[in-house]
Amino acid sequence: MAERAPFVLEARDVCVVLGGVRALDGLSLTLEPGLRTVVLGPNGAGKSVLLRTLHGLLAPTSGAVSWHRPTRQAMVFQRPVMLRRSALANIRYALAVNGVAEPERSRRASSALARVGLSNIAHRPARVLSGGEQQRLALARAWALEPEIVFLDEPTASLDPGATAEIERVIASIAAEGTRIVMTTHNLGQARRLADEIVFIQAGKAVERTASDRFFEQPASNEARLFLQGELPWK
Amino acid sequence: MFEIFASFGVALGLIGGADPELARIVVLSLHLSLVAAIAGAAIGLPLGALIAVGRFPGRRTLIVLLNAMLGLPSVVVGLVVYLLLSRAGPLGPLGILFTPAAIVVAQTVLVVPIVAALARQTTEDAWNEYREQLTSLGVSRLRAVPTVLWDTRFSLLTVVMAGFGRAASEVGAVMVVGGNIDGVTRVMTTAIALETSKGDLPLALALGIVLIGTVLAINAGAYGIREWSARHHG
Repeated sequence: MAERAPFVLEARDVCVVLGGVRALDGLSLTLEPGLRTVVLGPNGAGKSVLLRTLHGLLAPTSGAVSWHRPTRQAMVFQRPVMLRRSALANIRYALAVNGVAEPERSRRASSALARVGLSNIAHRPARVLSGGEQQRLALARAWALEPEIVFLDEPTASLDPGATAEIERVIASIAAEGTRIVMTTHNLGQARRLADEIVFIQAGKAVERTASDRFFEQPASNEARLFLQGELPWK
Repeated sequence: MFEIFASFGVALGLIGGADPELARIVVLSLHLSLVAAIAGAAIGLPLGALIAVGRFPGRRTLIVLLNAMLGLPSVVVGLVVYLLLSRAGPLGPLGILFTPAAIVVAQTVLVVPIVAALARQTTEDAWNEYREQLTSLGVSRLRAVPTVLWDTRFSLLTVVMAGFGRAASEVGAVMVVGGNIDGVTRVMTTAIALETSKGDLPLALALGIVLIGTVLAINAGAYGIREWSARHHG
């Protein structure tokens, strides 16, 4: 029954110092299943570091990140990293290292490719795909692992509007299947379209956490108000 | 000057006519070097990738040592292998001194550092690119070793070819442990040394041309495969 209990991710007073710079400075955050969270903040606020720390790629210098039970998680990076093999083989690799045996491995890999609309290029070498296709493949690879929570670090930062729309559609479908979404973006329109709630961080601290609708109309903090004015000066 | 051209002509004649003595030496040479390159790759590639991906005490020292071993004086390697394989040596009971097997052992010892050092560089670049993604997927460092090796396979082909080149062009160690016995352990390089000292320049020159041609052809092939892979696999 422990496996059935909803996961809880708790970051407590997390500080991360990277190269002498305090990237996260006493940040606390609790995440449970359900919502789609977008982390916003100015450049250098610590958004990427926050995601990497929650995902376990970076260790907190002080404070703690804890999961109340083992939780399947995945991460999608700004620049997708593809192995030098076919699109399908990239997904199969991720499944294999996570102990998913045949025939389940093949079934899940094909179905993940289909869900991001890449079945037609399953056997093309992954590294010669376009940026948008590679990012969809990265999403498919994450999705195939059936994660309970997915971290996405600026997944559309280097993509054109068409590819961005595709990625947003995929992210929405992943969320619709019950996977917790935690992503960063510089695109406020995207944040509005995808977020249920906004976590606003600045200088390595969580400044406010507000439902998305309310955040864009009336942020609670002065910092967020100034940030939105800077990003949306016509408002 | 005329003598050089005359020798050159005779040399080309030997190659064109597939002179049996020349052919025997060339085939033995390529055979032994190929086995040494494969053995060197089997040891050197995983070793290089382990050092690239691994995190263990003494890693830096090992990298410096490995790079230093690139300049290993081959005659000294020959001497050490000779001592190991000689009748009184620890591997004496094998009885392979002055046989082709001894040549392969010495060549392999020389190939391993080259393959390992170059493979470390290549796989470390790949690991730096992949580290976050692979860690995110739950790939352990040990499991990442075959992954980075496979992903750099086209570049590593050039590395193995460099190892083959070293094995094929080796003289000192091969002379010491092989003994340059006619028809048994006489390979291209030792034959060139011998024929030159005897004054039989045409045979020496013919062997030299074949040796250089072989190394050229193999490296051209490796280059071609890399170009092809860059276009098709990214």
